[in-house]
Amino acid sequence: MGFSFIINLSYLVGAFSFVWGLRLLSSPDSARRGNIFAGIGMGIAIVATLIMPLVDSANNYAWILGGMAIGGIIGLISARRVQMTSMPQMVSIFNGLGGACAVVLAMAELNNYYAGINEMSLGAVGIALFTLFIGGIAFTGSLLAFAKLEGLVWDSTVTLPKHNIINMILLVGTLSLGVYLFLNDSLTLALVFMALSLVYGFSFVAPIGGADMPVVISLLNSFTGLSAAAAGLIYGNNLMLVGGILVGASGTILTVLMCNAMNRSLFNVLIGGFGGAAAGGKGLDGDQVAKSVNVNDAAIQLFYSQSVMIVPGYGLAVAQAQKVCKEVDDLLEANGVDVKYAIHPVAGRMPGHMNVLLAEADVPYPKLLDLEEANAALKSTDVVVIVGANDVVNPSAEDDPSSPIYGMPVLKVWDAKTIIVLKRSMRPGYAGIQNPLFFHEKNKMLFGDAKDSLSKLASEIKTL
Amino acid sequence: MLNNTIMEQFFEFFNENLILIYLLIFTIVLGFEVISKVPTVLHTPLMSGANAISGVVIIGAILLIRQAAADDYLTLSLGAVAIILGMINVVGGFAVTDRMLEMFKKKK
Repeated sequence: MGFSFIINLSYLVGAFSFVWGLRLLSSPDSARRGNIFAGIGMGIAIVATLIMPLVDSANNYAWILGGMAIGGIIGLISARRVQMTSMPQMVSIFNGLGGACAVVLAMAELNNYYAGINEMSLGAVGIALFTLFIGGIAFTGSLLAFAKLEGLVWDSTVTLPKHNIINMILLVGTLSLGVYLFLNDSLTLALVFMALSLVYGFSFVAPIGGADMPVVISLLNSFTGLSAAAAGLIYGNNLMLVGGILVGASGTILTVLMCNAMNRSLFNVLIGGFGGAAAGGKGLDGDQVAKSVNVNDAAIQLFYSQSVMIVPGYGLAVAQAQKVCKEVDDLLEANGVDVKYAIHPVAGRMPGHMNVLLAEADVPYPKLLDLEEANAALKSTDVVVIVGANDVVNPSAEDDPSSPIYGMPVLKVWDAKTIIVLKRSMRPGYAGIQNPLFFHEKNKMLFGDAKDSLSKLASEIKTL
Repeated sequence: MLNNTIMEQFFEFFNENLILIYLLIFTIVLGFEVISKVPTVLHTPLMSGANAISGVVIIGAILLIRQAAADDYLTLSLGAVAIILGMINVVGGFAVTDRMLEMFKKKK
């Protein structure tokens, strides 16, 4: 009796630690503690599950501990090795494995039920089927999202003609089979159902543009949470339910926030095609020429200005130029120039991704301005330096109703006195949309690799 | 006839799991409330941390193996696979989140 109490108390502590951990995660000062808190709660819950008394159970501890050791080591090593720039991919793959875990569980339970080993109520069968479906989507969807972010797969290679119609047929077919299985027992059909769910997950993510992957990963994250919660219902385990639902809720909120930041509906994102092939918009007149600037002039301009705003984008991360960027920042600060960073909500590949990358380069937290703060500050900024950002500073979003990104909130860098864009070439950005900013009267291009240009700027500034 | 049985089973499931259903609803509300306060800068770590929490599904895998017969190798193997996958999600998730948040340490 007393032992059961301890087990139940452990679960209660676990559930509380998840909620409180997420709460602490909401402030930069306490975020790390929040994560550790939730991690400890998870540890307590796992130990409690290992030792809780079960009637007539074989326990099979060797299998459990062996699996935990293998999984733990793989997880730890991959978490240590991953580059900060590859973080979104890593989150995606971890998420996929969680979904896969739920799929395996649901399949094992259904198999035992069909084989007559376990009793299951009709409700429990329905929940197991739901777990199979949603976990399956999370699994293969996350793997494809990973492949897209990693650049292993291009959108066009996995999209069929009329893909959305095929998706719809696949979805209806899969769900119909699910309803049939709810009413009739069949192991073979359950396996087919699992296979269809896995195929649907892949097909669901296929048409979605690479630039929208963060939104998708966030959505799939909430799917994994839901599948964990559903599995919790099968086992009557409150902690799985609480943890899963919390993740489901956070994924949903985050998905909505990201869509809002791009001023698009979730439906629009899921239909895909954004930034695909041509991406409409009024084309640029062929004879427009962008002005360029050399390193020396750019350095002088920066050195003798009052205030500088750096707009970092994913290009900065790809070039691993965070540290050099910070060096330029330090040199300018030493001369009394006020340097700030404007962070668009979808800069990088995920909200907050850019903040992580800059934090890694020791850029102090108060220097990072969000969209509204930055737009207010830009009006009194002397020089804007755009490093590897493109779509988030595109004026078409403000003044060209035919542009696919019309209406998306952007950083109004053209409010500043001058703009310098560090860019390798005139190629359009990740979303494939032309940027009239490059031809703006205030703008000058500094061509070259971002890291290279920044280190040249740094050495030029040193000579001034 | 068939429909009646299904409805009855559904009612039975609902009645028997009432507390779970309460918990479900309150947790959804709680989840929305706690998370909607998180500033944009922390979204990536939050997503990663929440992702680690979704690894709680590993508890189901442990229960599956513990309840399986010692010679039911199919269930044991499936359970072991589930444990490996879940453990990667849990350990990897928390470790990677910690790595990210380590960089938010207070400076100066």
